[in-house]
Amino acid sequence: MTEPKQPIVEIRNIFKSYQRENLVVPVLHDITFDIADGEFLALMGPSGSGKTTLLNLLAGIDKADSGVIRVGDVDITALSETELAHWRANNVGFIFQFYNLIPVLRAVENVELPLHLTALSGRERREHAETALRMVNLDHRMDHYPKEMSGGEQQRVAIARAIVTDPTILVADEPTGDLDRASAGEILAMMQSLNDDMGKTIIMVTHDPRAAERATVLRHLDKGFMNHDASQDPL
Amino acid sequence: MMLLKILFRNAFHNKLRSGLTILGITVAILAFGLLRTVIDAWYAGVEAASASRLVTRNAISIIFPLPLAYNEKIRQIEGVKHVSYGNWFGGIYINEKNFFPNFCVEPKTYMVIYPEFVLTPQETKAFLADRKGFVAGRKLATRFGWKIGDTVTLKGTIYPGNWDFVLRGIYRGRDETIDESQFLFHWDYLNETMKKVSPQRADQVGFYMITVARPDLSPEVALAVDRTFKNTLAETLTETEKAFNQGFIAMSGAIVTAIQMVSFVVILIIMAVVANTMAMTTRERIGDYAIMKTMGFGGGAIAFMIFGESLVIALTGCIAGMILTFPAAAAFGSSLSNYFPIFLVSDETLWLDLLAALLIAVCAAIIPTRHAIRVGIADGLRRIG
Repeated sequence: MTEPKQPIVEIRNIFKSYQRENLVVPVLHDITFDIADGEFLALMGPSGSGKTTLLNLLAGIDKADSGVIRVGDVDITALSETELAHWRANNVGFIFQFYNLIPVLRAVENVELPLHLTALSGRERREHAETALRMVNLDHRMDHYPKEMSGGEQQRVAIARAIVTDPTILVADEPTGDLDRASAGEILAMMQSLNDDMGKTIIMVTHDPRAAERATVLRHLDKGFMNHDASQDPL
Repeated sequence: MMLLKILFRNAFHNKLRSGLTILGITVAILAFGLLRTVIDAWYAGVEAASASRLVTRNAISIIFPLPLAYNEKIRQIEGVKHVSYGNWFGGIYINEKNFFPNFCVEPKTYMVIYPEFVLTPQETKAFLADRKGFVAGRKLATRFGWKIGDTVTLKGTIYPGNWDFVLRGIYRGRDETIDESQFLFHWDYLNETMKKVSPQRADQVGFYMITVARPDLSPEVALAVDRTFKNTLAETLTETEKAFNQGFIAMSGAIVTAIQMVSFVVILIIMAVVANTMAMTTRERIGDYAIMKTMGFGGGAIAFMIFGESLVIALTGCIAGMILTFPAAAAFGSSLSNYFPIFLVSDETLWLDLLAALLIAVCAAIIPTRHAIRVGIADGLRRIG
């Protein structure tokens, strides 16, 4: 009998709303669930359901109105902005829909960028960045600028940048949303490999059912509520 | 190091916009530098004035003369080292366009009082020996192509008639701040002619130049001179050479103030242009900054990149403007040498250029930096795509 995996992320009673001029717009209502270590979670739901907001809260780039999010042993809802920045640098890797590479940096420099907040030497940083790029099969594109690469290649650079610090969790917001089918397939295969082979915990927001198929757990959000009936749904 | 790399590359990423902004700063710094140089040129006489030289003139106005007899009395005042005297001649060479300052002076003492006018011993000897001789500054002689031995005729305005002079020496300034456009001849030549044609104007001098034994004696000596001639028909006003020269500049104070204001307005305008550039740049990069924040980079890093980029743009324009100021000032000074014999870009102007560029860079970056730091990561990310 397989031992149930320990949750690496615990989300408890999360509420989040946005202020739009004088109007308070509720976005997330009483969200509670766990993400196990090594889980590949797909968050799905219609536009405006609160997926990206929830992802931002889990990644520590936005603050909940109330509730607790614990990642490992850290209650990230209790951290200050500075502490959160430090925590993100060590624990979270980000993959975005539009790749979001720094346009004036070459691929290898983009991947190296997060390592500048570590104690690694210049040579070590470069070695780590090159290794990460090799892992995404882009060793031949190291010195290229983002504009010289295809969308799929740029997203692979973004993945290399996300994993180069060996983070606790990888968060991906519509990672295939801007890619053609073939490139999207490559990116998803790469993410699946990171999950399967390296045991990376991945939280992915997507609209794409084909992307969701790669996940080990699927959760649905609708109008800010977690649909518990359909949620824990290993594929 | 990586942040430096990013900010340098960002600064020149949009080549057209950065190029135009840098061009604007270059022109502004050039204009600022030239205007400051005009102001410096205005004050060149004040700056070149010696602290141990005094000027004594008629207390009513410079246009009223003083008796020659004051010379001996001044010489006997304690603390006085040398006394010389002279008159503004106001002669015209060929026509009014060829303006240059021309004075008749007591040459022996005048050359002692003004050691910054450098003549060779032979030239000094020749000048002192020839009552119709004159010395001209190097720039003046070059301007009209005068050579030693040439006869030059000035048409008198204050002292009517045609006055012939023979060039006996061409002086050089001891340093580049010394006016080399003056024309100096013997006071005796003027006085003797006056004795013949207008005796009531003879033995009158326009000003006395006095050197004191020590600069700190200047106030006492000035008071002593004026006290000596108190209640006479020609009371005196004695002041330092600097104050005397400043008095002339005060007459055109409004122009100097206007030039100063224009120079600062130029800086304000370019500050607004650079601020606009930085605001556009920051708005475009708000997503990049958001990404960097997700990685853990803080507000300090963002501020470093925006201020750094602003500094790179402003300093590039500033350096180009400073370099261009020299040939521009040379051309400007050459065409206006009649009015500004000393037209040099001072170190102070260059420091002010640099200070202005720093001010432009910092002011232009403040609001964009504040905005970039305050935008939440989620908001910043929403603006991508």
